Amino acid sequence: MLNRLTDSLNFQTQALSLRSERQRLLASNIANADTPGYQARDMDFASALREATAGKGIPGAMAATQSGHMAPAAGARSDSQKLYSTAAQTNLDSNSVDMDRERANFADNAVKYEATLRFISGSVRTTMDAMKSHNAS
Amino acid sequence: MSMFQIFSVSGSAVSAQSQRLNIVASNLANADTVAGPDGQAYKARQVVFQTALMGAGNDLASAGVRVSNISEDQTPGRKVHDPKHAQADAEGYVTYSNVNTVEEMVNMISASRSYQNNIEVMSTAKNLLLKTLQLGQS
Repeated sequence: MLNRLTDSLNFQTQALSLRSERQRLLASNIANADTPGYQARDMDFASALREATAGKGIPGAMAATQSGHMAPAAGARSDSQKLYSTAAQTNLDSNSVDMDRERANFADNAVKYEATLRFISGSVRTTMDAMKSHNAS
Repeated sequence: MSMFQIFSVSGSAVSAQSQRLNIVASNLANADTVAGPDGQAYKARQVVFQTALMGAGNDLASAGVRVSNISEDQTPGRKVHDPKHAQADAEGYVTYSNVNTVEEMVNMISASRSYQNNIEVMSTAKNLLLKTLQLGQS
């Protein structure tokens, strides 16, 4: 019964943590805008969220069965499956960071992060309202 | 908590860019210096940026920047014929530094824009984290 209350929260929680991961990725791209040879990266957000909320194991994920095991990110959020962006304009130092695109993505991701935060507080408030006594004002 | 690493990533970029600005300032300050007693004029310097992984376990998602090297421009300095100058050589030429002021000004603008970009990234991340702290209140 109780997990039915928190199931909808679970989806938003996954979305929030993926958003914060993508925000960090975009910040790295902006930080390396002047580094020679740096290739800008991004994650396929839709498939990462689909994998995280599907409830079944991600193919290729490593299971951490002992306390010393590494548990690297798997699926679309893992380092090997992140996407590389191509340079919008040719660059002599083979840096593929397009500052306009990265800034736009960063702002977009920030707004969507905030939207996810509001969805969470909205559904928490709805649950709290449902639990309120009817007679209390 | 992956968003906290934005501060170390952008912080490293800001410090690398400020080092670049520092180098530009010394280049511009020495744009008109002549060769010293050793016959060597000031040589323009450039920073070389390199990606530095900041996260635990060398996570590629948090890639900061560091200055890996400061290279000196080896092109010969500007020579001006001025036999009356105190630093003139036997043929009457004075060697000035090889700083290109136009290039340095462009470099300065680029460094300052990147600096501002990273500061803005940090303030956005701070706002988002503060809003996350307020989750469930109000």
